[in-house]
Amino acid sequence: MSSRAASRFESLGFSKVYDYLPGKMDWAAAGLPREGASVSSATVVAAINKDTLTCTLDERLGDVSARVKAANTDACIVVSPEEIVLGRVRGKALEGEASALVEDIMESGPTTIRPNTDLDETIDLLRSKSVDSILVTDANGKLLGTLYADEAELFRDAYGEGEDSCCCCGLLSVA
Amino acid sequence: MHTQIFREEVQRLVEQEGAYLVEVLPPAEYEDEHIAGAINLPLKTLNRAAVAGMDTSKAVITY
Repeated sequence: MSSRAASRFESLGFSKVYDYLPGKMDWAAAGLPREGASVSSATVVAAINKDTLTCTLDERLGDVSARVKAANTDACIVVSPEEIVLGRVRGKALEGEASALVEDIMESGPTTIRPNTDLDETIDLLRSKSVDSILVTDANGKLLGTLYADEAELFRDAYGEGEDSCCCCGLLSVA
Repeated sequence: MHTQIFREEVQRLVEQEGAYLVEVLPPAEYEDEHIAGAINLPLKTLNRAAVAGMDTSKAVITY
């Protein structure tokens, strides 16, 4: 339909006409702002923690483990040069041979969610499965950050009280 | 002939060139959810009168 509309604009005298075929589903999946009656509840994008430690396939485990420890976290997310999520290194895997390649010891394909997912539903899902966090990516698999259940609950509480929330896009104003 | 573009180019055209971002779906779908800042010109009502107030020299992005 948008392609036909683009052609119609051209016939009406517009010379610079573009068609965004992926449309609002793609836009929403990237966590970009939307408006409308159904966009009233908070989404995951409101509570993403962007300080997610990343590493690459060709790094040595010893280097990665040191960075994980220094960052006081428990995992490193393996990404491509385009920041597409490929895997994760965590837990006992971090205690392996220091010379091992990340590619050889990582967990492939960790679970991810999209930033436009309902925040309430995601928190409930994490709690029901006793999961502390989940990765957030855009529709192309590019890492946007991590959603931590504890942080998300704080955001949800603030949103529920109507503090600096944006009714049009589900975003919270966070200092 | 119009060009198909992706999200990043949409953002650039809107932010840097003030492009019109136009949802061409029916009003009910637009009111339910649309890209922030988009206007609604349903394909069925897209005619010369509907675009009379628009600047034809500016870029238009349909979705």
